[in-house]
Amino acid sequence: MLELKNISFTVEENGVTKDILKDVSLTIDDKKFVAITGPNGGGKSTLAKIIVGIEKPTSGTILFNGQDITDMSITDRAKLGISYAFQQPVRFKGIRVKDLIKLAAGDGISVAGACEYLSEVGLCARDYINREVDSSLSGGELKRIEIATIIARNTELSVFDEPEAGIDLWSFKNLIKVFEKMHQKEKTIVIISHQERILNIADEIIVVAAGAIKDKGPKDVILPQVLHGNTLEGCKHYND
Amino acid sequence: MDQIQKTLLEEIADLHEVPAGAYNIRANGEMAGRNTTANIDIVTKEDKQGIDIIIKSGTKNESVHIPVVLSQSGIEEMVYNDFHIGDDCDVTIVAGCGIHNGGDKKSQHDGIHSFFIGKNSKVKYVEKHYGQGDGSGERIMNPQTIIEIGEDSYMEMETVQIKGVDSTDRITKARLADRASVKVIEKLVTHGKQYARTYFEVEMDGEDSSANVISRAVARDESYQIFLAKMNGNNKCAGHSECDAIIMDNAKISAIPEITANNLDAQLIHEAAIGKIAGEQIVKLMTLGLTEAEAEEQIVNGFLK
Ligand SMILES: Nc1ncnc2c1ncn2[C@@H]1O[C@H](COP(=O)(O)OP(=O)(O)OP(=O)(O)O)[C@@H](O)[C@H]1O
Ligand SMILES: [Mg+2]
Repeated sequence: MLELKNISFTVEENGVTKDILKDVSLTIDDKKFVAITGPNGGGKSTLAKIIVGIEKPTSGTILFNGQDITDMSITDRAKLGISYAFQQPVRFKGIRVKDLIKLAAGDGISVAGACEYLSEVGLCARDYINREVDSSLSGGELKRIEIATIIARNTELSVFDEPEAGIDLWSFKNLIKVFEKMHQKEKTIVIISHQERILNIADEIIVVAAGAIKDKGPKDVILPQVLHGNTLEGCKHYND
Repeated sequence: MDQIQKTLLEEIADLHEVPAGAYNIRANGEMAGRNTTANIDIVTKEDKQGIDIIIKSGTKNESVHIPVVLSQSGIEEMVYNDFHIGDDCDVTIVAGCGIHNGGDKKSQHDGIHSFFIGKNSKVKYVEKHYGQGDGSGERIMNPQTIIEIGEDSYMEMETVQIKGVDSTDRITKARLADRASVKVIEKLVTHGKQYARTYFEVEMDGEDSSANVISRAVARDESYQIFLAKMNGNNKCAGHSECDAIIMDNAKISAIPEITANNLDAQLIHEAAIGKIAGEQIVKLMTLGLTEAEAEEQIVNGFLK
């Protein structure tokens, strides 16, 4: 179980403090499939980075299975069983797809094993396994490789940041299957997404806007509101 | 040959036993083994230290290994090796120098390798430099490679220095005839207080000649590297040089390109990028469970591959 208690995240920019997350509290139960949605710039990725340890909250605590992980490093959280698929996956020089998948899987898996993960995200393993994870990969390819590394990690909690971004329509169906399969394996999944079809397979939906939780609850309750409700505002200065 | 020398040989030439084909092994300043073949002759120089390697025209799919090992502290030597490669050859040459210095005196190997390549030949030249030993004596290597490439010939040079060389001044000069081309791949890592200077000079004299010099460098600790690449396009030609470097700790790297087009149809490009490891790369690998140090190691290893 993951619990965030009164998480705030403030940054200083040109002498002006900016509250990016404001007193966010939430609980994600084991084996749940939770979707986080909300307007651009609302704080979703920041929330994910705080869960993984890439950003440290200004205040508040994070508990993972009852253990306080607020001051724990990224590495230790990863070892505890937390994974994160980046919104913008990182490119390297010289590190090949198979190297990355092997690192993700931990103990020396075979090339055949690595290939299986690639097939799951719809990449022909033979074409990709020896390619470098560098700027020669297209955005969608990179995104899928990123997802394959998270499947390979097979951890208790996986956080995906807009996994559907840049993925073509045909592969999208497969992607949904990937998440459903993880869910069946009784893993906890958090997906940040703007896609109705992804929100639709979630157990719960959390709406994050302007650094706060605007709404949360079972999918059947929240999804209709998100789709039809008037929850999202435009520019707050518009009517000034 | 003792165990230390055997280890050095493995490091610099992947040799576990005597190599197949032609070879000349030099250990502590003396010849420790030689083999010639019907097509490849090796002759000791009379007037100075070194050997002449003579490869007959038409020699295909053969290799020559000429490793040098120094295991005795305090040896300083200057060696001249000349490669005479005929026409229509396709050969691989593996050189390299390994120094084990367990004493407090400096050990130094300076080598001048000259290549005279005929027409329509293909040469792959691999050179590795490596140092070890816990003595306080410095390990110094100053390799010079002077290359003349004949018409329609191609040479690929791969030069690697990963560990243990305290000071190195590496000079590579190439002159290209019509349609000749050269590709140089350099991988250089320095650590501690090491110093490395690399100097490339390519004269593209021939029509449609081309040169591609690629350097990947990593400088750690307090080490310092200078990369100089000079390319002169003296005819219709294409030249490209590239220095891609990672700095860590308090290390410093300078990259100084000099490209000169002496002909309207010369096309020359130089690219250089120096910087520390991108923070997001380390973060990504840490989210896979690697420590920061392990992440750095993976990134550097990949970069040098
Ligand atoms: N380190 C930082 N310094 C300054 N501003 C930041 C920093 N990190 C995030 N922000 C700002 O915080 C806000 C939330 O960013 P975040 O990336 O979490 O949004 P998001 O909900 O993931 O948006 P999107 O849907 O576009 O991905 C944005 O306005 C962003 O510019
Ligand atoms: Mg985001």
